[in-house]
Amino acid sequence: MKKWKYLMVTSMATSALLLGACGADQKASNSSSETSTSAQSEEQLQGKVAGDGSSTVSPIMEAIVEEYAATQPKVQVSVGVSGTGGGFEKFINGETDFSNASRPVKEEEAAKLKEKGIDYTEFEIAYDGISIVVNKDNNWIEDVTVKELEEIWVDNGKKKKWSDINKDWPDEEIKFYSPGTDSGTYDYFVNDVLEEQQLDKSATLSEDDNVLVTGVESDKNAIGYFGFAYYEANKDKLKVVKIDGVEPTHDTIQSGDYTPLSRPLFVYANNKALEEPAMYNFMEYALENAGAMAESVGYVKSPDNVYEEDKKKLEEFKK
Amino acid sequence: MAYINHEVVERQMTKRRVKNTVFKNIFLGATLLALLALVILLYRMITQGAGYVSFDFLQNFSSRFPEKAGVFAGLVGSLAMLAVVAPVSLLLGVGAAIYLEEYAKKSKLTTFIQMNISNLAGVPSIVFGLLGLTIFVRMLGMGKSILAAGLTMSLLILPVIIVAAQEAIRSVPGSLREASYGMGATKWQTIRKVVLPAAIPGVLTGSILALSRAIGETAPLVVIGIPVIVQFLPAGVLSEFTALPMLIFDWAKRPQEEFQYVAAAGILVLMVLLIFMNSIAVFIRNKFQNRY
Repeated sequence: MKKWKYLMVTSMATSALLLGACGADQKASNSSSETSTSAQSEEQLQGKVAGDGSSTVSPIMEAIVEEYAATQPKVQVSVGVSGTGGGFEKFINGETDFSNASRPVKEEEAAKLKEKGIDYTEFEIAYDGISIVVNKDNNWIEDVTVKELEEIWVDNGKKKKWSDINKDWPDEEIKFYSPGTDSGTYDYFVNDVLEEQQLDKSATLSEDDNVLVTGVESDKNAIGYFGFAYYEANKDKLKVVKIDGVEPTHDTIQSGDYTPLSRPLFVYANNKALEEPAMYNFMEYALENAGAMAESVGYVKSPDNVYEEDKKKLEEFKK
Repeated sequence: MAYINHEVVERQMTKRRVKNTVFKNIFLGATLLALLALVILLYRMITQGAGYVSFDFLQNFSSRFPEKAGVFAGLVGSLAMLAVVAPVSLLLGVGAAIYLEEYAKKSKLTTFIQMNISNLAGVPSIVFGLLGLTIFVRMLGMGKSILAAGLTMSLLILPVIIVAAQEAIRSVPGSLREASYGMGATKWQTIRKVVLPAAIPGVLTGSILALSRAIGETAPLVVIGIPVIVQFLPAGVLSEFTALPMLIFDWAKRPQEEFQYVAAAGILVLMVLLIFMNSIAVFIRNKFQNRY
């Protein structure tokens, strides 16, 4: 009898302590932040900034947030990774202050934003080159034209063999690996290469790009595509395909020679949120460092004038 | 004249013995296969992740550099979520179990409720995530907070706790209740002083196992949209946070191979936490059970 009472009391006390600790934490952090702001009033902001969106952009954002936390420890930036589409859904709902996107905002998304009365600003923060990859043992495909690429990937209602595209290629079935429909990479590919036609329905879709890497790596007849950073990290396991004679490299993506698969990466910011000092400060920091951070995580920085234009757009919200 | 034909008996004995050995080996194989899977899993996690587990790993926030990445925000976030889940799910779960076992009359309605609770225990966790997103995050405006995630997880494990608590309460011998009534105790006195103390080991064992599930679940958190890139600790139940499984999920998706090892290290931390919680459950069961 006593034992269980003792147990109940301890468990209740523990949970009370735990809860209490949470509450105390809050008070403590609040008061300490007040003192620290008054002590070093210069530029020490506090506030909350929430973002979500593309998994392609998230490595760049993580680098920015990581560095930013060191300069403004009282500004709490949290970023989710729900994919470009999932991110916009939350952005439309007013749940986030900014949304990362690996494609421009879609018309229907823009319409919904307008309906909800959310004004936003588009910032371009880096470049990515969607890389087309095949298996290492694939010795017949070096270079494709955009037209061939479209023929390979478009759904024609039956199973496709390599020889259907080009007679010199083997008489074997093509296996497709593509990012999932929630990703901006998928949208961009379907939009710019397939011109809104249906992507081959037999394709394996995955939100996890490592699944695509493994898939292509283990099947001789496989073809896949994903962001440049994933190709860079798996260079020795995969073979990249040239598009109209251009291989995706840092330089060809930056110069725009690698077309049409070079694409800009965006951050969409809620205009109302930009009027908050913490959010403004964070975006300012983000745009200043986006180029360098993008390079450090395997992407390509945009030309300098892009960032200058971004900053001009941002400055309109300065108070 | 022999009453027992030894030859026939011998033949049938051998047959039955062979059958016995065959089945014994089949079941041994089943056990070994399950064990083997566990050993392979543990081996892979430990060989991949052990190098990354260190004191710094527990103290650092996530990072773009695999060697600097850590689980601090996730660990604190998961524990904070547990601090919401534990009281909410225990109070509601044990309360519901007491009502269903002690007060409710056996009617069609209670059978219906009972059936639904059992069914709820089998609902995929992602469905609870959608429920949490609609009700807690959006309708009640809690945002992607510890409270919203904690309440969602509470709903997820509630059916399990109710069923476990019901089992425990049911296994309290009727003679104890009758003795209590015989002494003139009221129903509430009986429940509080006789039934609950006898049932508590079973209730707690079931609950702790359910809480371990809440710590390890990922799908509801993904649906709610719990952020991954978080460089701060939660400051209260309404603060945004990240959780251990979310960090592991994020690391496993990274392009750089080193992050696979960081993910493995994260899994090790999560597993140690789970083993710790489960051993508390085992401890409670061994210490307090079989007193009647």
